[in-house]
Amino acid sequence: MTWQGVLQIFVLMGIAAILARVVGGYMFLVLARPNDVRSLRTASGSTSSSSGNSADGSAGSSSRGGLATKTLEVAGTIPRLDVWIGAIKSVLDRIIEPVERAVYRVCGIDPDQEMRWTTYVFALLAVNLVGFAILFILLGLQQWLPLNPAHLPRIPFWVSLNTAISFTTNTNWQAYAGEATLSYLSQAWLVVQQFLSPITGICLFLAVARGFSRHSTKTLGNFWRDFVRTLLWIAIPGAIIGTIVLIILGSPQNLHAYTHVTTIQGVHQTIAQGPVASMTSIMQLGNNGGGFFNMNAGQPFAGPNMASLLFQLILGFAVPSGCIYLFGRMVADVRQAWAIFAAMAILFVVGALVVYGFEAAGNPIISALHLAGHANWTGKETRFGIGSSSLFENSTTTISWGSTAAANDSLTPIAGLVLMFNMKSGEVIFGSWGAGMIGMLAYAVLAVFLAGLMVGRTPEYLGKKIESFEVKMSVLAMVVPSFVILILAALSVIVSAGLSGILNPGPHGLSEVLYAFASGVGNNGSAFGGLNAASPWYAATVGIAMLLGRYAMYIPLVALGGSLAAKQRIPASAGTFPTHTPLFIGLLIGTVFIVGALVFFPALALGPIAEQIAMHAGRLF
Amino acid sequence: MSTELLESADSPAPVSTAKPKQQSFWTRESVVHGIKQAFAKLDPRALMHNPVMFAVEVGAVLTTIDSIRYMVDGNGASLAFVGQITIWLWLTVIFATFAEAMAEGRGAAHAEFLRQTRTETTARLVADDGSVKVIPASDLKKGDVVLVATGEVIPGDGEVKEGIAAVDESAITGESAPVIRESGGDRSAVTGGTKVISDELRIEITAGRGESFLDKMIELIESAKRYKTPNEIALALLLAGLTLIFLVVVITLAPLSSYAKSPVGMTVLIALLVALAPTTIGGLLSAIGISGMNRLFERNVLALSGRAVEAAGDANVIMLDKTGTLTIGNREATEFIPTTGVSERSLAEAAQLSSLADETPEGRSVVVLAKEKYGLRAVDLPEHEVEFVPFSAETRMSGVNYMGREIRKGAVDSVCSWTGCQTDPALGAAIERIARSGGTPLLVSEGKNILGAIHLKDVVKEGIQEKLAALRAAGIRTVMITGDNPVTAEAIAKEVGVDDFLSEATPEKKMEYVRQMKSEGYMVAMVGDGTNDAPALANADVAVAMNTGTMAAREAGNMIDLDSNPTKLIEIVEVGKQILITRGSLTTFSITNDIAKYFAIIPAMFVALYVSGHKVVSLGALNIMRLTSPQTAILSAIIFNALIIPILIPLALKGVKYRPSSAATLLRRNILIYGLGGLIAPFIGIKLIDMIVTALHLVSTGVH
Repeated sequence: MTWQGVLQIFVLMGIAAILARVVGGYMFLVLARPNDVRSLRTASGSTSSSSGNSADGSAGSSSRGGLATKTLEVAGTIPRLDVWIGAIKSVLDRIIEPVERAVYRVCGIDPDQEMRWTTYVFALLAVNLVGFAILFILLGLQQWLPLNPAHLPRIPFWVSLNTAISFTTNTNWQAYAGEATLSYLSQAWLVVQQFLSPITGICLFLAVARGFSRHSTKTLGNFWRDFVRTLLWIAIPGAIIGTIVLIILGSPQNLHAYTHVTTIQGVHQTIAQGPVASMTSIMQLGNNGGGFFNMNAGQPFAGPNMASLLFQLILGFAVPSGCIYLFGRMVADVRQAWAIFAAMAILFVVGALVVYGFEAAGNPIISALHLAGHANWTGKETRFGIGSSSLFENSTTTISWGSTAAANDSLTPIAGLVLMFNMKSGEVIFGSWGAGMIGMLAYAVLAVFLAGLMVGRTPEYLGKKIESFEVKMSVLAMVVPSFVILILAALSVIVSAGLSGILNPGPHGLSEVLYAFASGVGNNGSAFGGLNAASPWYAATVGIAMLLGRYAMYIPLVALGGSLAAKQRIPASAGTFPTHTPLFIGLLIGTVFIVGALVFFPALALGPIAEQIAMHAGRLF
Repeated sequence: MSTELLESADSPAPVSTAKPKQQSFWTRESVVHGIKQAFAKLDPRALMHNPVMFAVEVGAVLTTIDSIRYMVDGNGASLAFVGQITIWLWLTVIFATFAEAMAEGRGAAHAEFLRQTRTETTARLVADDGSVKVIPASDLKKGDVVLVATGEVIPGDGEVKEGIAAVDESAITGESAPVIRESGGDRSAVTGGTKVISDELRIEITAGRGESFLDKMIELIESAKRYKTPNEIALALLLAGLTLIFLVVVITLAPLSSYAKSPVGMTVLIALLVALAPTTIGGLLSAIGISGMNRLFERNVLALSGRAVEAAGDANVIMLDKTGTLTIGNREATEFIPTTGVSERSLAEAAQLSSLADETPEGRSVVVLAKEKYGLRAVDLPEHEVEFVPFSAETRMSGVNYMGREIRKGAVDSVCSWTGCQTDPALGAAIERIARSGGTPLLVSEGKNILGAIHLKDVVKEGIQEKLAALRAAGIRTVMITGDNPVTAEAIAKEVGVDDFLSEATPEKKMEYVRQMKSEGYMVAMVGDGTNDAPALANADVAVAMNTGTMAAREAGNMIDLDSNPTKLIEIVEVGKQILITRGSLTTFSITNDIAKYFAIIPAMFVALYVSGHKVVSLGALNIMRLTSPQTAILSAIIFNALIIPILIPLALKGVKYRPSSAATLLRRNILIYGLGGLIAPFIGIKLIDMIVTALHLVSTGVH
């Protein structure tokens, strides 16, 4: 391990914090309406007129101090940063607002109509279903449709079903090699899906966040408004900026047929190309990860250099980090947001350090051959090196990218375990657009539930009581990844269709299976490889995992939001367990870690842990 | 009600006196009864309500079948292991049901005690033929007519049918001035436990046997049905969810371990499930709830629902009556202020004379002050020369006629109208000053001349400031309710140290206040006694009615304090918090225990993985506790898992210690003890048990 390699992990977190503040501030201006922001008036604790608030004003004065500064922020002394962000937004407004109005007029949408959580979810599902249907048809008929200069053939049924689910659930699991399977038209609609699916995540998030920021109401906002505004103000401008920068950094952007060349060694080679920059831009910005190339970001056109890779990381972290800060602004207490950010960042840093450490230590059996140093170079891009590759892979599993710059299959077993853990916890370490934040809020609800009991009060989070319905929904969200991964993995090692798809029997094969389902249910999309992902069994089961990981996990949490929104808000006091302190950060990390560890320890013991132990005992799989 | 119970309301340290029936629950009979009940509760239908323990029982049944199979086959080696696992699984369930049985046993004992308290007061019942006989108050029926004379306690809630009398309701209202109760009109209701201090009343009883709250409460304790509280339901859901997750973990481990060429047998899988499932909290959950109610009974508080107890823990505004709660119900004379031309000494003398026959605490305090300040001894006046004028409802004064002197003492307006209101400006200013400082002025007159004023002061209860400060630290707002004017109220509020006050409180004002606090999201707890508290009580989240309170108040409340000690609200809040803390702490303990159990069982399960020829992968490296063998490891984990339940029964029944402090402090301490403790304790415990199991050769100590 080098100090540069370690430093860049912290640098990335620093960048993520800045992104959280800037992008989050922008998202707040774009997405939050006044009634989405917790009002400070009722929290001030003033009491009835008939009584003097006399005897002791010191009680709760500290919390009042905090409120005072926030009130100032609302009242006029807006931080300079927000003034700048506001200025940028107002420039965009001039272009986008007419478009927005036109969209509403054409579609007959009333953006001010408030929806209950059920209506909201129904609208969301309808949009997803339409996107899914179009994609499924396009994939099924691609051989007869235009924009197929490479004359790519029909896609197998299971693969197109899997792909349609994958690109609807923001997973972008690719059971195919993009450049060898999909026509430009298919790729083009995939790009559309890469916009739609992350926006769905933001909508889910906004609905849940309103549960915390609003009170005594039955509604969670208007889905269409959230959808349209996220698309017009965030996804499209972001993708355009991303594309331009990526072109500058060296990615191609064209609609040419693949170039056939003869190399100097006399080998015939087909060089795939196309709208690489735009596709990479939205794939990274939208935490999609469905790359143009099978090799994904490791491919020289998609990730031509370190600068491009770093920029892609920035694109990937932008919105997930922004959601955290946006949440803080909506509940009118950004300290809460930074606490969640800190919990995620610590989980990220620890994971990245473990991956880097094990990769740098490498494989003792190969080291013993004295070929080249200790580090595990297998499956790495030498252009990026061990440190950056480790960081990129840890990032891809945390921000639910699935975009890879190295071959995860070739990582040391424990490094692989960390990546699996990142996804198995439900993609809550940053996660994809909105979804990661919702998942973390579910963990926060559970953490607060236990902690709240331990301080002798009915647990409350951000002034909302956590009662049986909230616990039920959070537990439901928590069990989905566990059940799906374990049950599907267990089935895969029983049925012959599953077993035959495992190309590396032994613990490594088990890791591959666990990884595939973790990636599916976490809507991540990255692959360990070594698994026949295109076989009907895995195409179907991973498809199921992706569906459940999206809808079975997040819809209960929207219901949670609906229930919270209806609740009254409890004023904070010294008896309230503070949720912005290091203690809470530790508790949140502990909950994520313990739940993940308890559920997956036996399975991981049979997979990566056994493999690591065997490796040190001189046995490879 | 017994007068002893009433008087304890005024004792400065009600906490210590309020536990007359604290008894050890580890008596021989209670344990024997508990064991019997524990076996009865093994009925799966009864255990269904507790999914965690139900899962353990199903597991135990399955391993029992396995054991029998080995017994039939004569497979001694396997039987030793499976048999012992089976025994400990059954013990796990029995320990849990025993905990519940013990908690319930205590409840039953309390019901028995309550039944005894009912018979302590007596009543003079007027029979249909007009004859009067003395019966226990508990035998009174609705519609009975009783006679209550001066100095007697009214035996039950009722209505005055005949007579007019001054009734001392200070025990419930805290107001020292007697109130007038008379037949007809809206002053006809009398409250059980109050005392007639002049004249005689004929009262018709309106709440008979079996209708009082006491009776309802006994019924509640004894009925087998127990309703879970909201937090208990939420926690039970979480525990059920965890059990379900672990069930899936264990079931899927069967094929996964087969894939790893190391299939795991059913007994071991069941052992793993039981070890992982939150059995500790699952086993103690209902005991914690029941014992929480019991702890309230020990403090002489009857909770009409578990929900109310839990709400008490949540209360963040508590409304306390000034008189009787924050201040001693009786005021104390602190100063004599003579009018111009009268010496302080002669005022003191007159005041003392007027108070000689005044047995109220205020009257006594006047005598005492005169003695302390001027060395005036309370002389025994020859009886024929003196005529005491007792306090009467009409004049609202008391005094003495002695050697031609007519000395009277009373409230400012009564004495004023008696004498014709010739106060000098200096005295008027003094009266105002007294009122402003939170005191009560009394006037003393001789003939038609006002001699001066007595300053009666509210005496803040000992230790109340500290209690209120502790509440504030715990984030609870305290609000003082008083009928005083705002000026007086503010003075007292400052002295006592409450966060807020409600002055000139009327029933509407109190209710309005409760409603407003609730609309701001606060949980309001309050104590009430009088009918005028009923609307506010009905609106409060935690409404403690004094047992001596009026029927209306008691019906509006969701808890009853048998001691009628309003300060107890603070204790009730603490008990409510304690229940939640105990639940949360034991849950955390239960979950963090799993880490150590994994490190015991997983390496034991997978000694030889991916066998291929001579090559195997062993997870022995994870056996960080260096347990002897797979069998000892698994057995030790299960024994630890079972034994921790009875070890924690006392904690569950007594509750985790609660000291009012900020949430952050509390959490830090409890996480340290139960979170970190839960992480470490099983490592030590399992290792120790493993050493014993190994030493006794209970199971195979071979590595394979």
